[in-house]
Amino acid sequence: MAVPKRKMSRSNTRSRRANWKATAVTTAACSQCKSPKLPHAACPVCGTYNGRQVLEV
Amino acid sequence: MPTPTKGARLGGSPAHEKLILANLATELFRHGKIKTTESKAKRLRPLAEQLVTKAKRGDLHARRRVLATVKDKDVVYALFEQIAPRYANRPGGYTRITKIGPRKGDAAPMAVIELVEELQVAASTGPSKEARKAAAQQAKVEALAPEDEAPAAAAKGDDVQDDQDAEAPVSASGDKPGDKAEGEDTDKA
Repeated sequence: MAVPKRKMSRSNTRSRRANWKATAVTTAACSQCKSPKLPHAACPVCGTYNGRQVLEV
Repeated sequence: MPTPTKGARLGGSPAHEKLILANLATELFRHGKIKTTESKAKRLRPLAEQLVTKAKRGDLHARRRVLATVKDKDVVYALFEQIAPRYANRPGGYTRITKIGPRKGDAAPMAVIELVEELQVAASTGPSKEARKAAAQQAKVEALAPEDEAPAAAAKGDDVQDDQDAEAPVSASGDKPGDKAEGEDTDKA
């Protein structure tokens, strides 16, 4: 079975992991209350979607 | 080969999936609006709409077919007596899915699926495209025809049955006004 010949250096490990990045979630302003919300989803602040009350707040 | 079902497979087995969907449909008709995951809502929508369509038919056979899925007789009664009449003039599309973002805990995308409200105005399928075209043709013919011919065409139209009323006058006096119209065009040119 193939196995690594050398221990991976701390530098190599860290430079690999430096590329693990989280991306910011895309948001759209709610048409009712202008707070940021997920696009194509009901607003968690005012509970409306498309001018219609979906969630009770 | 049968067309595979669209959407995610639910549960651990086909029987489990059937049970999940039947329970979701029962609770949807009981409460009118339920919160579930997006995948389950997307699988529930076609099942619930087929059940409403069966309920709109309203006969005993349809009731037995619905009872095969929705086991609760109270819910089936409510579906046939209260929900189905609401959708008498709605040609499908009885449910609405609204996404409400990820769930706390496992971040599963959640959605609210609800039975839509009653259709207030009749669906726009009332005057079909052909009927509108025939009416426009009729109006054009009456505008072009001389004053003495227009009442005659209308009288001819009244003799014919109601459902053919839109087209009959066009064919009855179609030749003369058409010739007149061409003559007018050539005069202008």
